[in-house]
Amino acid sequence: MNQFAYHQQQMQAPMPMSYQHDGKSAETRNLKPGELSTGTTIMAIPFEGGVVLGADSRTSTGTYIANRVSDKLAQLHDHIWCCRSGSAADTQALTDYVRHYLSQLAIETGRAPTVKTAAHLMRRLCYENKDNLMAGVIIGGWDPVEKGSVYNIPLGGTCIKMPFAIGGSGSTYIYGLVDSMYSEGMTEEEAHTCVKKAISHAMARDGSSGGVIRTVVVKESGNAREYVPGNALPFGP
Amino acid sequence: MASSGSGYDLSSSTFSPDGRIFQVEYASKAVENAGTALGLKCSNGVVLCVEKPLLNKMLLPSSSRRIHTIDSHSGVAITGFVSDGRQMVNRAREECSNYEETYGTKIPSKVLGERLASYVHYFTLHGSLRPFGTSALVASYDPETKQHSLQMVEPSGVAYTYYGCAAGKGRQPARTELEKLDVHKPETSIDVREGVKQLARIIHLLHEEGKDKPFELEMSWVCEESNWEHKGVPRDYIKEAVEWAKKDIEEEEEFESDEDEEMED
Repeated sequence: MNQFAYHQQQMQAPMPMSYQHDGKSAETRNLKPGELSTGTTIMAIPFEGGVVLGADSRTSTGTYIANRVSDKLAQLHDHIWCCRSGSAADTQALTDYVRHYLSQLAIETGRAPTVKTAAHLMRRLCYENKDNLMAGVIIGGWDPVEKGSVYNIPLGGTCIKMPFAIGGSGSTYIYGLVDSMYSEGMTEEEAHTCVKKAISHAMARDGSSGGVIRTVVVKESGNAREYVPGNALPFGP
Repeated sequence: MASSGSGYDLSSSTFSPDGRIFQVEYASKAVENAGTALGLKCSNGVVLCVEKPLLNKMLLPSSSRRIHTIDSHSGVAITGFVSDGRQMVNRAREECSNYEETYGTKIPSKVLGERLASYVHYFTLHGSLRPFGTSALVASYDPETKQHSLQMVEPSGVAYTYYGCAAGKGRQPARTELEKLDVHKPETSIDVREGVKQLARIIHLLHEEGKDKPFELEMSWVCEESNWEHKGVPRDYIKEAVEWAKKDIEEEEEFESDEDEEMED
């Protein structure tokens, strides 16, 4: 045995003749049979004094669209919202838990919880149950400490504060587009337009994103929901 | 039984016929015999101060501390049964780290006080437990709201928020002295440096040389100067404050004796 023994052993291992594809997309591969997936496009952009969150509305079981007008934006507290992607069941359960914890905390402290706290609670649930979950969420909202802020919690349960966030299967198609459209210190109007435009483009390319666009603008003064019908998407130059 | 109503002080799980829980009152008595502890909320921070009696000449002055750091932004001063107090300190530390672990932010001052009080209160509910013979003064800062606060947790399990508070042997006269400072009005509020001097003055004023045991002053603060962290007041400054306090008390006594002479004339 010389010092290269390990390498030699590796090289002797038989190489696979061809890669076996299971016929499933990356989004649906980890789902249980019959589980609903929000093969999704979600995003959030903060602006001075608030944040805009947006999502498409497609929920699918494999190739079948189980719901074409679903709502992937969930309210966690007065000024804290969440975009869900991954398993519909898992993300619904997670948001229910976080909503419950936040309402308890608000009562104990006597003040509105921060977006950071909401993201931290979600991260704990996602990280500690990572083996049993398929959930990637974006949390955004307004609080007196950070004003508008966005936190991304992808599959493994990391929690990162971001200048903006995109997620879901459709997001891969629009990284370049959003990078070119985003700039620091966008106005509410600019951020809202950017979200609708980017999600339209993702919906056009991604087979598991589609339907309508749902958005919410979160500000200290309140939340404004809006939707863009599927025949009026701001697609194209 | 010796008389009607006696026998109700054996357990904190029983009320007396006139609605008192004697074991809890006895626990408060345990605090009343211990060194005076003072807390003062100033314009730019909170100051804690404890008179620690030196029971033995061979004692290392810095041993058996009465002021403990709970979290970066909060500290607790204890008086009464010191060992009971240390148990409270441990619990307070646990509450702080638990909160931050779960919610990702520092525990708000009010929540820390309330949770510590709940812990103390639990020991007044069961027949198999003994209430705490300790009062704890909690000084803390909340980075979220940028507010500082002072609370006191008593053996009965209540916690109140104060501008100035006192526990231990000299608490009654100390409270009158604290009230004279008028720190509850924004226009007469003082800064922490002045607060340290005033607390040193009160402790020395109440201390009777010869009658009371020699003591060591423990002082800490959570203030702008300490970057809102709980830190011991610098030794040099405590020394300076004590010198000022002694001089101030002396001058006042001279002034009073002069007045007395005038009255006689």
